[in-house]
This record gives sequence, C-alpha cells and structure tokens, in this order.
Amino acid sequence: MSQKIAVIQYNAGNIHSVLSALHRLGFKGILTDNPEIIQSSDKVIFPGVGEARSTMNHLREKGLDEIIKNLTQPVLGICLGMQLLCKHSEEKDTDCLGIIPLEVKKFIPQQRENVPHVGWNTLLNTQNLLFDGLPENSFAYFVHSYYATLGPETIAQTDYIFPFSAAVQKDNFYATQFHPEKSGWVGEKILSNFLNIAP
Amino acid sequence: MLAKRIIPCLDIKDGRTVKGVNFVDLKDAGDPVELGKKYCDEGADELVFLDITATHEKRKTLAALAKNIAQHLNIPFTIGGGISSVNDASYLLEAGADKISINSAPVKNPNLINQLADTFGNQFVVVAIDAKQINGEWFVYLNGGRLPTDIPLLQWAKEAENRGAGEILFTSMDHDGTKNGFACQALAEMSDLVGIPIIASGGAGNIDHFSEVFTVGKADAGLAASIFHFNEVNIPELKQALKSSGISVRY
Repeated sequence: MSQKIAVIQYNAGNIHSVLSALHRLGFKGILTDNPEIIQSSDKVIFPGVGEARSTMNHLREKGLDEIIKNLTQPVLGICLGMQLLCKHSEEKDTDCLGIIPLEVKKFIPQQRENVPHVGWNTLLNTQNLLFDGLPENSFAYFVHSYYATLGPETIAQTDYIFPFSAAVQKDNFYATQFHPEKSGWVGEKILSNFLNIAP
Repeated sequence: MLAKRIIPCLDIKDGRTVKGVNFVDLKDAGDPVELGKKYCDEGADELVFLDITATHEKRKTLAALAKNIAQHLNIPFTIGGGISSVNDASYLLEAGADKISINSAPVKNPNLINQLADTFGNQFVVVAIDAKQINGEWFVYLNGGRLPTDIPLLQWAKEAENRGAGEILFTSMDHDGTKNGFACQALAEMSDLVGIPIIASGGAGNIDHFSEVFTVGKADAGLAASIFHFNEVNIPELKQALKSSGISVRY
C-alpha cells in the first residue's frame, strides 16, 4: 500500500488541504517541485488555486511544464490544475499544457447567476473508475470562474449556467474541476479511487 | 443543481468554543475541532469560526486553530475575527483556511477588500456586515454591533462586491437571537442588488425559517449558531425537510 505520492508545489494557495486530505486517508504526500521526485512517484497530484497565466509562466520557468506533459504514472489535476492540463484558457488568453484538448472559458452569467461558481453542485453522467462506489448526482465542492468545455474526455458533467466538464480523463491524466479534498466523504472516495489505480 | 448551504457558526475564545455548548455525545464540546467534525459528519456544508479573543497573541492562536481545523475537516471553512491586513490573511491561508471573514476593518479601510481579493482571489474574501434598522432604514454597525455608522447597508454591500468580495455574510442585529426568522426582506433586496452569494445570519429558530430564507430571502446560505449547538435544529432533519419542500440541498 505504501506508495510515493508527489504533490506538485508551485505558487498556488491552499496546497496544504490536499496534503491533509491524503493524511486523513492514511497516505503521506510529498510537496515538491523537484523533477526527479515527481518523475519517480507512483502518483502525482497537480493541485491549484490561482490565476492561469502567472501559474503557467511559473511552471515554464521551473521547467515543470515539460515534466508534467511527459509523466506516465496516474496524474490527478485539481481545479486550476485541471484547467492547466487543457489546451487554452480564456483567463488572460493563456496557452496551457495541451494534454486534454479542451478549451477553458469564462462563465458569463445568463440570468444574474453568481460568478464565481461557489458551493456544492451535482456530478452528472459520471463514467469513470474515479467515481466507483458513488451514487449518481453526488455533490462536490466547486470554487471557480472559468470552466472546461465538454468533450470526449469528459467523465463527469456539472450544470451551472452551462453544462461543463466537472472531471476529465485522457490516458493517465485525470482531473477534477471541483475540490475532492474539500468535498466531504464523496471527495475522499474519489481521492481514494485515484490512489487505488494500479500503476 | 447548486445546493443551498447550511453553515453552523462557532464562536472561539482562547482556542475554545463559547456560548455554553452542551453535547452529551462529545468528549469535549469546547474543542472547536471536535465540534466542527460533528457538524461535518451531520452534513453541514461549511463552517464559520469567529474568534473573539482580544489579545495580541491572537494572530498566532488563530493560525494554529486554522491549521488544526484544516487537518481534521473535509469541508470548506471560513475563519474570522480581527483580521485587518493582507499579512494577517496570508497566515491563515498558509494554515489552510479556505476563506477569511472581515467585518469592521474594511469599513475603516475599504481598500483592504481590493488588496485581499487581488492577492488571494475573490473566493477567499467574505465581507461580514452587521446591520440594524433605524426608522425603516438599514445601517452598518461595527465592533461586534457596538458602534453605529451612517453607512446604508445596501450601499456598503454593493461597494464590497465592487471591490472584490467573494461573498457577503449579512447579520441582522434586529433578528439575531430572537429565533423569529431571518431578515428576509432586506436579504432579498440585497440579493437583487449584488451578483455574489449571500450568507444569511441572525434569527434562525426553526426549520421553516431556513426554508423561508432560501425562497423569500433569496439567500445562498443560512448560518446559525445556538440552535445547532443546543440541538434545537438538527442538520440531517433540516436538510430532509428542505429537500422535501423542493429546495436543492446536499445530502
């Protein structure tokens, strides 16, 4: 059971929540920006709270963009981490890592909906091992102003103003727009499903 | 569908919960983390911790509390009490707080909202407003409701939004402690005026009051303290009742 879990460290806030969540599940995450440690880990978590352009610049300066693109073990992007795995973000017109070929767009209110989208919302059409053991319409905690569009990589959808990708997967890259580390037992189940993926 | 949120509020003094909380099933109901965890397990959507300690050791104890909570709870939480600078806030973010609540400080220095929002993002900044109705008009009060101002409630709420607040926590001092229901009319007016979530506080006495605050009051979240602490309203029953009346809640 003892596996090496790297949590990519960069200039983002509230990364400690991810470490605490791992700890509650009985795992110890290593917070690191060291390429060798990241590459040699069994699982990699790419968390994120922050702004797309400055974060992408930071990743490029550190050479982490190429490291992340070439990872072959299971990777979990969270929130901004998910958006940065996509192709391009409207947030300051930022080219992202391009691993998931989806666009990230800004929420435009249609009927005076609040932006950012903050709070608990339902996960629809879940179809992936990440959601094993969860009932349809489980609630997860979201905080974001930008969203990834729907596509073949979408493995869960949420409706807020528009239907968008609540989670995506392509090859070894998994990602959630919501925060599993803040989503109660539902989030813990998703994290533990990710950690249980066979190498 | 986005769920309406139920938020228990815990008052903290010197690292302990106050308000004479009494639970037979808790080893130590004075322990904010143990009480918070209980609410978390019962289905609370978020928690608010308000520190009312008045010592200069405050910053350290508040950060230690935030760290302890972040390690044990798997839902978002807000921490507030005397935060008056970006520096104060960054300690709390580091310690794992999801949001901070500011109240008197931004009234004295409105630019604080801009600074906090620019540094940490709008989602991190909850502007708490205490207000009271005088001759039919609502005015903002400071320092825990002891200091009146001539600032109209709605004007301040709008300014807070424009400056970058991510949410507003509005406490009606006229309703607080009465258990006669929330200030639904003022809440609805505020909701029509601003485009950010509103947390309603003050006046919750029973399940119907929550139902009212989400429909008539158009609030996004309902906050209460003593009715949860004294188990006058039980969170699972509250959520069941809201769900039955067609209000979207997380269960």
